[in-house]
Amino acid sequence: MKVVVDMTKCQDHGQCVFAAPDVFRMDDGGHLAHISDPDDALRDEVEEAADVCPLQAIRIED
Amino acid sequence: MSARIVVAGAALGGLRAAEQLRATGWTGRITIVGDEPHMPYNRPPLSKEALVGKAPFESLTFTPKASAADVEWRLGTKAVAARLDERAVVLDDGSTLSYDGLVVATGMRPRRLRCPGPLAGRHTVRTLSDARGLRDELTRPGARVVVVGAGFIGCEVAATAVGLGVAEVTVVDPLPLPLLGPLGELLARALLKRHEERGVRFALGAGVTGFEGRHRVRGVALSDGTVLPADVVVESVGSLANTEWLDGNGLDLSDGVLTDEHLRVGGRPDVVAVGDVARFPNARYDGVPRRVEHWSIPADTAKHAAKVLVAHLAGAGAGAGAGTGLAPFAPLPTFWSDQHEFRLQSFGAPVLGLGDVRVLDGDPDGHPDGDVLVGYHAGGRLAGVVALGGRAAASAAARWRARLLKQPALTV
Ligand SMILES: Cc1cc2nc3c(=O)[nH]c(=O)nc-3n(C[C@H](O)[C@H](O)[C@H](O)COP(=O)(O)OP(=O)(O)OC[C@H]3O[C@@H](n4cnc5c(N)ncnc54)[C@H](O)[C@@H]3O)c2cc1C
Ligand code: SF4
Repeated sequence: MKVVVDMTKCQDHGQCVFAAPDVFRMDDGGHLAHISDPDDALRDEVEEAADVCPLQAIRIED
Repeated sequence: MSARIVVAGAALGGLRAAEQLRATGWTGRITIVGDEPHMPYNRPPLSKEALVGKAPFESLTFTPKASAADVEWRLGTKAVAARLDERAVVLDDGSTLSYDGLVVATGMRPRRLRCPGPLAGRHTVRTLSDARGLRDELTRPGARVVVVGAGFIGCEVAATAVGLGVAEVTVVDPLPLPLLGPLGELLARALLKRHEERGVRFALGAGVTGFEGRHRVRGVALSDGTVLPADVVVESVGSLANTEWLDGNGLDLSDGVLTDEHLRVGGRPDVVAVGDVARFPNARYDGVPRRVEHWSIPADTAKHAAKVLVAHLAGAGAGAGAGTGLAPFAPLPTFWSDQHEFRLQSFGAPVLGLGDVRVLDGDPDGHPDGDVLVGYHAGGRLAGVVALGGRAAASAAARWRARLLKQPALTV
């Protein structure tokens, strides 16, 4: 699974981090970092993260 | 004909409901009825980055999940009546949709001021077309703006207007501080200061008695006798639930649609409500049903309601609560609000702890732009946290989120 975050949209809300902590995290500067090719077993988590992103910045590309 | 679920309301709540119905295994038809002409779009940017022009309006449309690709959309169509006993919804084009399950997702509309005076120049901010119209007027050189109502949307629009370069922006509210009701005095004071330092003016402790001008608004008359010159007025004085179409079914529609602890409406297992319009008891708190107008609620309610509805339609949930195997709905409310360069980030239910507000981090009287983290307590226990400041403040609030989640139910 391929996860793309549109960094021009992302405003570091961090809601994705709560939903999918294995894929998204906040770096020390409070900015988003993420794994772009997570295991397919994490699909539910990542879909949840995409749902709850207030800026709808997360896209899942299969 | 195959079984069908009808969703009334084609915005975030309606979309998430359809997606969750599919995720829960519903393979029957789904028809979504929405009176706006657009596919569901994201509302929060309408008072923030989209109004300021940073996000194009077209970019706000949600991308529905592939699982919802076969949903039938009836856009530009309004539900005007429902006959729940017959499982039928009547539309404004004269047609009637029969259903096996119904999802109520018709949300809210802005409350309007009832004052004498012209209508032209008066705006609300709820829909795409509202925001387009307001942006056109805000960007006219020399526009003088009066925002009526110092709630979240009012404060955001005032900040956005200043950001757009509008020189005269005044916020009017009968209460003595902005956002006093939801946030309490401590943060309200800090916010007032930050707004004023960035050029927003306030006329607090006064109500609006009328609008001046012949063909369009030229001034706003206040209860203390002053008249504020105005070319653009934004009315952000709360919202009303879109429930008229459900009249006549014996439901409690006094403030949104009353639901049980599983989001079911009127004791009917085949009708659920999601999003802003649902007035639900939250098992995390005191069991008092409340509407919660936060962006996170449509997704949370949709998830729970879809499970309940699909379990019933699959024949599992014959009686109340039976068969679904679900614990009562107990979301952790969360919201944010962006004003100037600051973000308010909240977790939990601050309104339940307004009587006991403590500073958890930072110094509200210290640096005027410093980060502040505030805890709201009920019966000595933490009910909610709100951070005001930059990214670090929001991250600090997030660290308290886990604690709020783990806490046993707060029944005071
Ligand atoms: C300007 C603005 C800024 C916001 N900012 C924030 C924020 O920063 N943070 C936050 O947490 N929340 C924010 N919110 C709140 C958040 O956007 C809402 O909670 C969310 O949009 C609710 O979605 P909903 O689908 O339940 O209701 P709605 O979005 O109200 O959708 C209901 C839909 O149903 C349609 N409808 C109504 N009646 C009928 C009918 N009879 N037949 C057919 N269709 C009908 C309506 O036209 C609408 O399209 C903001 C809201 C606004 C308006
Ligand atoms: S939830 Fe969205 S905006 Fe927030 S950090 Fe994640 S991608 Fe960025």
